[in-house]
Amino acid sequence: MVSRPSSTELSPSAVSTKIVIAGGFGAGKTTFVRSISEIEPVTTEALMTEASRETDDLSATPDKVTTTVAMDFGRVSLDQDLALYLFGTPGQDRFWFLWDDLIRGALGAVVLADPRRLADCFPAIEYFENTPEAPFVVALNCFDGILPFELDDVRSALAIGPEVPLLTCDARDTTSAVYTLVELVRYAMSFAGPVAVEA
Amino acid sequence: MVTGALLRSARVRPYAMTGGRTRARLPLLLETLVSVPDYDIAISQRLVAESREIYSLCRGVRSVAEVSADLNIPLGVVRVLLSDLADNGQIRIHPSATSAGVPEHVLLERVLRGLQTIKH
Repeated sequence: MVSRPSSTELSPSAVSTKIVIAGGFGAGKTTFVRSISEIEPVTTEALMTEASRETDDLSATPDKVTTTVAMDFGRVSLDQDLALYLFGTPGQDRFWFLWDDLIRGALGAVVLADPRRLADCFPAIEYFENTPEAPFVVALNCFDGILPFELDDVRSALAIGPEVPLLTCDARDTTSAVYTLVELVRYAMSFAGPVAVEA
Repeated sequence: MVTGALLRSARVRPYAMTGGRTRARLPLLLETLVSVPDYDIAISQRLVAESREIYSLCRGVRSVAEVSADLNIPLGVVRVLLSDLADNGQIRIHPSATSAGVPEHVLLERVLRGLQTIKH
């Protein structure tokens, strides 16, 4: 966790923005959030809606009022008046309907991939390829610091275009996680249009 | 199979505290910040329990997601209650980082500068 004692309270004029951390189950999303967050990552729950009713068999638990899905998130104060929130996507693919809520207003997304289980991140990549308003980068979370493949081979295995940044990271390491976000923000800047010049 | 009546009650019950409404009138993103500008104990005492908890928590600036997580109230319910509090002028919904006419590239540059100051 990042220690920034002066930033635990946001100022009354603070505004916020967010980045989404996506990827398959066990790819290191919560670890990544924890590496950057100045608060211990917390979990919020959304109620089950119509969209997941068919896959959530309520008959087994008739007394259960709701089915919930957990979302982990963390926060870092970037300056006195700007809070950046990092939201991890729910691990289960059947909660796609929540992704639209997560991504609304986001600067972009990091898709974390475990190099040993690349296929687990395919659904996330597919989602963001169909969500042009949210630029994304793919970060291979190399737990031991070693990538057993060539990046180019990974790129073709993931079937992502040459324009999508593909990098390695260690989700446990603050510097590495921050670098990943920096790369995402730089990439997002290439979509944000030219700097307006006053006439 | 679950009967229609059972299913309906299962879905609706958590919204009893919102008077049955399931949609917030104001856009409240997960990261949208909210705060109570002028905390008033008399107002607090008139509120229902969940709204009172929210009102009290938001004496400090919080995001919608933090309100939900800290008070263990589902997001959809938090959104409706926050909306009501905002309608009554009891809570302030902060503008999003780009809604005040700030171009996106200005925000991105600010985020970039902030990220580059993060240390272990």
